[in-house]
This record gives sequence, C-alpha cells and structure tokens, in this order.
Amino acid sequence: MAEVALHGVSKRFGREVAVDDVTMTIPDGAFVVLLGPTGAGKTTTLRLISGLERPDKGEILIDGRPVVDETPAQRNVAMVFQQYSLYPHMTVRENLAFPLRSPILRTPEGEIARKVAEVAEVLRISHKLDNRATALSGGEMQRVSIGRALVRDPAIHLMDEPLSSLDAKLRADLRIELKRIQADLGATLLYVTHDQIEAMTMATHVGVLDHGRLVQFGSPREIYEDPVSLYVAGRLGLPRINALPAGLFPGAPSGAATIGLRPEHIAQGEGRPSQVIRVEHLGDQTRLHLKLDGHDIVTLTDAHSGIEPGDSVAIAPRNPLFFAANGARIA
Amino acid sequence: MSGYSITEPSLRQKWVAGTLVVAYALITILPLIWILTTGFKSPTDAISYPPKVIFEPSLEGYVNLFTTRTRVSPEALAALPPPATWYEEIVRNRDMVIAGPSRYGERFLNSIIIGFGSTFLSIFLGTLAAYAFSRFKVPLKDDLLFFILSTRMMPPIAVAIPIFLMFRTLGLSDTHLGMILLYTAVNISLAVWLLKGFIDEIPREYEEAALIDGYTRFQAFRKVVLPQAATGIASTAIFCLIFAWNEYAFAVLLTSGTAQTAPPFIPTIIGVGGQDWPAVAAGATLFLLPVMIFTILLRKHLLRGITFGAVRK
Repeated sequence: MAEVALHGVSKRFGREVAVDDVTMTIPDGAFVVLLGPTGAGKTTTLRLISGLERPDKGEILIDGRPVVDETPAQRNVAMVFQQYSLYPHMTVRENLAFPLRSPILRTPEGEIARKVAEVAEVLRISHKLDNRATALSGGEMQRVSIGRALVRDPAIHLMDEPLSSLDAKLRADLRIELKRIQADLGATLLYVTHDQIEAMTMATHVGVLDHGRLVQFGSPREIYEDPVSLYVAGRLGLPRINALPAGLFPGAPSGAATIGLRPEHIAQGEGRPSQVIRVEHLGDQTRLHLKLDGHDIVTLTDAHSGIEPGDSVAIAPRNPLFFAANGARIA
Repeated sequence: MSGYSITEPSLRQKWVAGTLVVAYALITILPLIWILTTGFKSPTDAISYPPKVIFEPSLEGYVNLFTTRTRVSPEALAALPPPATWYEEIVRNRDMVIAGPSRYGERFLNSIIIGFGSTFLSIFLGTLAAYAFSRFKVPLKDDLLFFILSTRMMPPIAVAIPIFLMFRTLGLSDTHLGMILLYTAVNISLAVWLLKGFIDEIPREYEEAALIDGYTRFQAFRKVVLPQAATGIASTAIFCLIFAWNEYAFAVLLTSGTAQTAPPFIPTIIGVGGQDWPAVAAGATLFLLPVMIFTILLRKHLLRGITFGAVRK
C-alpha cells in the first residue's frame, strides 16, 4: 500500500503520443478509475507505472521513491491484464502461487498454501484449484488473474478492464467483491474501465484521459456534476448527456455553443413542446426519445408513465451545463 | 451439394481414406521390414532368390556385427574346448573363432555423442537466438535472419573442401567436438527459424505478467516461455537429430577413427571375401532405433509441432 505519483509523464510510440504530460497523485488507499475511449492512453499509463514501459519524460514515484529506473519486479506492483494473463501450462493453484514464489518474495510454502486458499475462497474458485488454467471458463480465468494480484501485498494494484470480458451477473458480483476487498485491505488501486457503473460505484477518484492528456481528476461526483469539458461530460452518464445547440432553449450565456443536458436534468410539463419518438420501459425507469427542432433528446420519466409515441411533451432545462465551441465548460 | 462441406464424412469415404492411408503406410514400411528381416536371416537366406518371406531366424548377423572372427582349420577347431557361449557356437558353425569385438559399438556411441550433442547445442543456441529475435529490437534483425537462413541455401557439401582444410588447421578433424560444431552450424539456421515461429506465437503478456509478478526477464523466459515452447523445441530437436544422425558425406570426409559415426562405418561391415548382408542389416536396424525412440518419447509434443504452429488453438 503506497501513494503513487506521476509528474509530467510523457510517452510516445513512434509519432503517436500515448501519454502526454500527465501529472496525477493516487493517494494511499484510493481507488482511482481512469476513463477514456480506446487510445486515450489508459493502458499505457498502467504500463508506465508497472515498469513495462519507460517514460520519455517525467517522474514516477511510488511511496516517494523514484522508480523510473527500477524493473517491474523491484517496483512491487500487481497488474491484472485484460486478457491472456493466466499461465496456460500451470494449474490454477500454481498460477495463484506464482507471484508468491518469486525470488523477490520467497514466501514459505505453508504461507503460500494459506494465502492461495484464502484468495480462492474469496473469488469462489476453490473447487477449481487443481484444474489447468486453460480448462476454465472466461469468467473463472479472469477471477484467477484478479486473485493472482490479490495474493500479494503490492504498493499498488493496476487493473486493466478486468471485468470487461465477464457476463453481467458476474461483473456485478465481482464489482462489489473488489470494492469490499479494496476497503478491507486498504489497497491502492488504479483501474481502467469503460463501464460507467464501475467508475461511479467503486472509484474514490476518477481521472479522465483525452489523447494522452489528463483532462480532469476528481471524485466521481465532481466528474459527473462539474465536468470541465463536453468531452468529460460525455464520459459518464447513461443514457449519455444530450449535447444540443445552446440556442435551443432561452437563457444561454454569451459564448455558449452547446448546452449539455443530462437525461435527468430535463423538466417536463413546461417550456418547449417536443415530439415523443420512442418509449423504452426498462422496469425501474422509462426512457423517452424525443425530437425537438430536428434534434434527438433522451430523457427519463416515471416508470409507470402513460406517455406514448406520437405524444407531445413540453421540456425545459434544469441545471444545464454550457460549453464553448471548443468544448470547454463556461457555465 | 458443395464439395467443401465440413460435415462428417460418410462411412464409405472413411473406408476409402483409411485404405489409402494403410496402403501408403505398408509401402513406406516395406524397406524397413526388409532390413529388419534380413538382419535375422542366415547369409544364404539373405541372398536367396526369390526372397524368402518365411525363414529360420538366426542371430548370426548380430553376432557378426559385434565381433571380428578368424577362420581356423577343422583340426584346430576340433582341438578347441567346446564353445562356452551361444554366440561362440554360432561362429564355430562357420569354422571360425571370435578374434575380438568389432568397432560397431564405438561408432554407435560416437553417433550418439555427436548426434545428441549437436542437437542439444543447436536447440540451446537456437532457442536463445530465436527468443532475442522474437522479443528484442535487434539492429538489422531482418538482414540477420536472412543471413542465418541463407546458410541453408547452399548444399553444405559444396563447402566440404574449405571445411576440411579449416578442420585440419584447427585440429578438429576426426574429433567429437569438430563434428558437433559442424552439425550445429548446419542445424542452427533451421532451429532459429522454427523456434522463432513458435516463440512469436506465445503472447508477450505472459512474460509481462511474470515480470510484474517479481521475476527477472531470464526467469520469465525459463518459467513461462520455455514450457510453452516445449512443442516447438521437441519438434525442432527431432529435425536436428535426424539430420545429424543420418549425415554421411561429412562423416566420411572428416572422420576416420576416433570420431567416426555409424553411417560411414555400416558399409564397411559388409566384410572382405563374401558379402555379409545380415550383419549390415543388423547394423542398420540398430542404427534406426535411437531416432525412433527419441521421436516416440517426444511424440506427445509433436502433433501440434509438426504443423509449424500453423494451427492456432
């Protein structure tokens, strides 16, 4: 468990800038989620911290110690890869014991057995310990690779979309499990995901990357409620934020090009009338797909609402976000 | 109906295919059966025409293979004490006595040392080189790989004379070390190229995971890459051994005594004054065994390996 800090870290591959001058502090015991589309530099950030890549510029500190010149083994980090992470020629038990048997840790066999059993219990793979790693289902494989990170007590756990290949039910279970484990152990986690629920429910801090730059870093609520740009606003929220021309509703501040309306930030029954195109009943909520002056808008309504396609609904913004033409937030 | 359907073949198709395979196998194995049976024939049966399929088995070929014998007069033979062993008896039936052991054992041992030694060295160097070519940024990588392959483009025997002179100057003629180095030099290009293909197929993520798990790069190579490359290593080793084991031309040219391997020795078994085919066949039969045993031992790795990694899991 340790604080991990990046100071002005940059990394390019050929002419491609993967990580651009990133400065970020991951506090001890924090659960930091990195958000961003494919190619934003999330995975490269993990690989820079783990030591699999060397930064072109900048400093990386683990527990106050500069680690840029250290090997991955010396940094004492654990990493869960998106795929391919189990050693196919070993059993599940050997996979879990592998980090403990490393020349750096040299754990006594008795303790290895105890820790492996413990982690297997938590991840519900005890009955598969003597299976070959290749004889597992995708979900089981990913649980084992998470387990391989958890058997150790590293400075930081780096996880690269560890739950993305799992089915919805398992993902939900493991999400809660991971959060519990992190809270129990006080572990520091840096977690890459596309999944907004994972980000919102597990993170203590969220960092948003755009083309290698860290554009905002803050609590999930801050990122959601107070995004610095339209890009950040679009990273969280499902259904996505509605980005509409600022002039669509009265009251836009000068210089605003875009008004950002979260689905729940649209008042119904007042303002401008819009056409209902489609109604999606999701059980706990109902989504309305509206059309206003040719623009698509998605909003939420009561689960038992009787609104039907073809109806007209008056809508008005509530707590809107305004963005300049370059996407920067202005109000 | 398309000819390319991937449905289960019909019973008739299976029968036709099975018959063809068995017929092909029989044709291929016929020379081997010929050699195997000739080894157990008496010299007369071995050259009888038409060839005898049913014959009285004899170990004379094997006895002759491992011994040298001298002819003695019937009087001297009668004066000798009765034969103490079964093989002495076989020899005496031909009016001869055993003069001593033949050189077959030594030559066979030379083949083992040189064949397995060069195979081991080729695989050892080849695996390291293939790993480096597969994983590291080697300057002029493509040119180096092509250069390594180009050593295979010319028949090795074309450089026999320079090698002969080089070996003589370096004192490598007729030494085990010399032959091991020579066969390794020929095999290494095959080994590097085959093994690089196999190592390329092992995702780097495994090694990266091992590096993060606290291992050095070499430990990751040994504990994670090597076990997964076992298939490729096994099949490459078989190819290397088969070449080194069967090589004849260089063995004739560069060895005469100490380091002579079995291939140039076997024809000399034929003997003087009379052709001892059973002994030659016995020598050839035994000569086949090591490669066969080696291949059988490694066969569980071989099936996937023989496809050169063309089929992914």
